[in-house]
Order: sequence, then C-alpha cells, then structure tokens
Amino acid sequence: MNDSRFATRSELIGILVLAVLLVVILPLCLDVFRLNLVAKYLTYAFVALGLVICWGYGGILSLGQGVFFGLGGYCMAMFLKLEASSVENTKIQSTPGIPDFMDWNQITALPFFWKPFHSLTFTIAAVILVPGIFALIIGAAMFKRRVGGTYFAIITQAVAAILTILIVGQQGYTGGINGMTDLRTLKGWDIRPDHAKVVLYFFEVGLLFACIFIAQFVRHSKLGRILVAMRDQEDRVRFSGYSVANFKIFAFCIAAIFAAIGGAMFALNVGFMSPSFVGIVPSIEMVIYTAVGGRLSILGAVYGTILVNFAKTSLSESFPELWLFGLGGLFIAVVLAFPNGLAGIWGDYVQPRISKLIGTRKPKSDWTDNSVADGAPAE
Amino acid sequence: MFGDYSIGDLGSIFVMQGFAGLILFSVYVLMALGLAIIFGQMGVINMAHGEFMILGAYVTWMTSNFFQSYLPSLFSGYFFLAMVLAFLASGALGMLVEWMLIRHLYKRPLDTLLATWGLSLMLQQAYRSIFGAREVGVELPQWMLGSLHVTDAIEVPINGVFVMGLTVLITIGVAYIMFRSRWGRQVRAVVQNRIMAGAVGINTAKVDRYTFALGCGIAGVAGSAFTMIGSTGPTSGQLYIVDTFLVVVFGGAASLLGTIASAFSISQTQSTLEFFMSGSMAKVLTLLAVVGILMLRPQGLFALKVRK
Repeated sequence: MNDSRFATRSELIGILVLAVLLVVILPLCLDVFRLNLVAKYLTYAFVALGLVICWGYGGILSLGQGVFFGLGGYCMAMFLKLEASSVENTKIQSTPGIPDFMDWNQITALPFFWKPFHSLTFTIAAVILVPGIFALIIGAAMFKRRVGGTYFAIITQAVAAILTILIVGQQGYTGGINGMTDLRTLKGWDIRPDHAKVVLYFFEVGLLFACIFIAQFVRHSKLGRILVAMRDQEDRVRFSGYSVANFKIFAFCIAAIFAAIGGAMFALNVGFMSPSFVGIVPSIEMVIYTAVGGRLSILGAVYGTILVNFAKTSLSESFPELWLFGLGGLFIAVVLAFPNGLAGIWGDYVQPRISKLIGTRKPKSDWTDNSVADGAPAE
Repeated sequence: MFGDYSIGDLGSIFVMQGFAGLILFSVYVLMALGLAIIFGQMGVINMAHGEFMILGAYVTWMTSNFFQSYLPSLFSGYFFLAMVLAFLASGALGMLVEWMLIRHLYKRPLDTLLATWGLSLMLQQAYRSIFGAREVGVELPQWMLGSLHVTDAIEVPINGVFVMGLTVLITIGVAYIMFRSRWGRQVRAVVQNRIMAGAVGINTAKVDRYTFALGCGIAGVAGSAFTMIGSTGPTSGQLYIVDTFLVVVFGGAASLLGTIASAFSISQTQSTLEFFMSGSMAKVLTLLAVVGILMLRPQGLFALKVRK
C-alpha cells in the first residue's frame, strides 16, 4: 500500500487538481467580483472542513458551527472596525475614536474588552483562541458527561441561538443586527479595492490548503483512526482504554478553530460581519455543505461548499421562490439517497470508469470501507 | 431594581407577568407535548415540528375565514371545528412524512434531523407561496375578547384563559392516551424494547406511524391555539423550535411530567425576567441557565430509570 503518513497517491492528485482549479483556473476565468464571491464561498469551506473531521470522522454533529465562524469573524471585524474608527475618521461623532455604532448608542468610552483589539497580534491569537477555548469548555462539559448524538446537536443549536440573541440585543457593543460594517484597512492597507481582493483571495486559498493538510494529517494519523473507531463503536474504544471524551473534545476544537479562521477570512474578504452568519439557520446550512460534498471527504467538503453556494447565488438571483425548495430538497436527497455526497457518487460511478479507461486497477478508496449508509446504531 | 415599586405594585407585577408567563407556558406545553411524544418516545428529532404547528394555525385561519363568509351565524363556535381540522390536517401530513421520509431513517437520528430541517424549509416556502409572506391573524369571536377584571391592578385576558384551559385539557388527553389506553401501552412497549414488542405481536411499524402522526396532530392543535394569542407567518414555527427542544430535553426526554415542569419553569423565568430587563437579555439568561443546568445534569429534570 502506498499509504504514507499523509496522503495516498490518489489523494495527492486530488489536492493538486483542486490547487490548479483554485490558484490558476478560477482567477484566470473569473472577474474580480466573481472571484470575491468564490472567496466568500471558500470561507465556508473552512467550516465544512472542520465538520468533516468532527462529524464525518468523529460522528459529532455540531449545529453550532456558526457560533465559531461568528466568533472568529467578530474578532477580526473588531480589529478592522477599530482601525476604521480612528480619531480623524470619526471627527463628526460626539465621541471621536470609537466605532460609529457605539456612538449611536450613546456609549462614550471604548468598552474594556474592545481595547486589546487595537493589536493585530492579539487579534490573530484571539481568532484562534477564543473559539478554541469556547469549544473546549462546551466539549469538556458535554463529552465528559457522555452527552452526545442528538442531545449535543440540540445544545449546540441552543448556543447558536443564545449568541445571536446576545449580539442582536447588545447593539452598543456589537453593532446589533446590522453587524460591523464599513471595514476599511488592515494595518493601513486598504482591503476594498480590486487588487487587494485578489491578494486576499490567494492568501485565503493558501490558508485553506494549510487546513486541508492538517485535516489530511489528522485523518491518516492514529488519531484519525481512533476517531472513526469511536464513531462506529464508542464503547469498544472506551473499553480498550482510550479516553473517548478527550478525542471528541479535540475533534470539536479543531472544527471550531477551522470555522473561526473561515470567519476571520470572511470579515476580511467581504468587509463586514453580522449576526446573520451566527445563528441556527446558517449553522445548519454549513452542515449541508459538508453533507453535499461527502461527509467523509476532505476535498469533497470544499467542492460541496462551492457548488451549493454557487447554486444558491444563481438560483436565488433568478428564482428566489425555488431556492428554499431546492435547498430543502437537497437536504432530504443527500440524507436519503446519497449519504456520502458527491464524493460517494464520484467514488461509486466516476472513478471506476476512469480507472477502466486508463486501464489501471481500481484502488480501493477509503470511503467505501467506512461508508455511513448503515449509520451509527440508534441510541 | 425593586426600589421604585411598592409592595402592592410588585405583587401585581408578579401576578401579571406570571400570567403572561402562563400563556407562554401554554404555547410551550402544547408544542412540547407533540415533540415529547416524537422525540421522547421515538427518538426522532423533528425539526419541522414548528411547521406542523403553523399548518394548524393556517387551517384555523382558513376555517375562520370560511365561517365568516358563509356561516356568520355559527362564527362564535368555529374554533372547535378548526381545532379538529387542524389536528387532522397536521396528523395526516405527519403520517405521510413518516411513510415517505422518517421510517427510512430510524437508525440514523442525526440524519433525521437534517432531513426534517430540509422538510421544514420546503414547508416554509410552500406557506409563503400559498398564503403570502405576510403574517395573518384570525378574527376572534366576541366572547373571547376583553378581559376578566380581578382587582384594580390585575386584569386577565379571556383568550389567554381559554388557551390555558385548552392546554390543560389536551395535556390530560395525551396523558390518558399514553398511560391508560391500550394503544399507549403499545407505544411504551415499543419504546422500551422494540424487538420484544414485535415478538409479542405488536405491529411496531404501525405504532411508529401513528405515534408520529399523533405528535404532529398535537402540534397542529397547538398552532390552532396559537392563533388565539398571536398572528401567524410562514416562519413563526421556526422561532419556537429551539426553545421547545430545550423544554423537552430539559424536562427529561421520555417524561411527560418533566416536560410540563420544565415548560413551566422556563416560561415563568423568562416572563418574570422580561419585566426587569430587555426581552432579549431575559431570553439569553433563561436559555443560558437551561443550557448550564443541562451541562451539569444531561438527563434533564425527570429522568426515567430504564435499563439500557
């Protein structure tokens, strides 16, 4: 078997194809506006990647990934907002030097938890650490008590609801329902013009591949195999002497951090952050990206995200009525008919034909032996 | 916080807020009852539960419109017919959904969650296409308007009292069905041990289908009652779904008594807090408390001791 620590040969080819697509083909074919749309889609791909590890391998369905996406995004947006609200930019406010929405809400001094966000280093650390620690706390509280499955999904969903209500309610501190808009510069570098968007796109693709490599590493390490074992027969793993809770916490934290990186890139690429990316509805939509791509396929998550979002943009542009039917139908179809998503269809139908054409023997792909079609036993 | 009010004022405030809490409690109980049956007894997460409730609300609205146009003399009694129709409509839809969707997914509870979420999106869009995006409200019959005058400071709206009475009746009915009838015994047998229940001759697939339909039907009645106190829009159901799931989980999934107790405590906490702070903060605090308690006691308030 040509299984290295890291990736099989077919996986390496897959990664290369994705790299060529994202780095060469899309930037050459699309104008800057469309490329920026792709950049927006790719921010969700980070979340989908995290869900592959957490849900596909670990069997932990989190319906609150929007929370971590939002936390990462808000951390980044706070930094950018502070930079955009320098004293000379905000002369007309009654208190210059604080973000405009604070001024509108009669807040006269920068709240204490905003102050560290003047520093970019602190912000980058916060983008990773705040969601990471939050996930650690939730994960530790839940998994140590052996709460899992549907209960966990409901609780994460409740957390998403709480955070949304909190952000919307505390308008003076968070920008309320409008979120943080009008983000302008990053360390004096304007993020709004076209060339900046292109630079940010390539930076984001670089980060995405870093995350893909981390995910690949997790998958091929012993850790990844324990995660899969735990998903399929939790008790046996526990009886073999592994601490199931710690592995689950780890998977959940990785997913949270990936989501947070996506959120931070969203704030940079799109130029605003609002609670509409935090709540229950976006969180579940993020799960469908993973499900469409194939919950066991790292690259599938990226393709699934791009395809679903592309369909959403084009369908809701031309037939807004149809989009929700389409999305709802997609949920049902993916669950009922294609539990392994696009990656499953690829592996079932396309790959064998290609192999036949080239004349090589079909390499046994990974997802067939841990197919989810039978699913975990009901609790 | 309390400084500006006299003792008597505070008493009235607590009674009035307590009453507002009781109405919220009725909505929670009505929604949670159906969910407790479906989730607690069958382990199926039905994210479309809110949409079944809204179906009941729309049926009530249509019935009220029908009576207004064709049978104005009987208008004061339309609600009782509407409730039956709402039950039948939601129950029938529930049966259809169980047959087409849910029964294939009993072994994959997390996937049921996603599939029913998809269903809820489609139903929402269907309501939007059929009934329009704007919220609709029913005309209340004359006898339901106005309020009961208890003391100078305390007034109780009649429609609220009616909804609460209805809640009590439906709860008793459900408890009777689940714990006294032959069919309820079959449901509980299937929950406790599906294979043995099948072995002694219970048609488990049929029991599943009717249980799901009953849960959805109760959601329809809940929607019907909901029209008495609020207006209905395509996405109204989604507003309550997470709260309701929390109510069911907080109460202990398989326990009807727990569901009622948790609905009571959550709604009372929320409506009492609402008076002293903004509505959003009251909700945040209530939900946080519930999530916090659930982290300490994952089995909920009343846990059934069942050997797994």
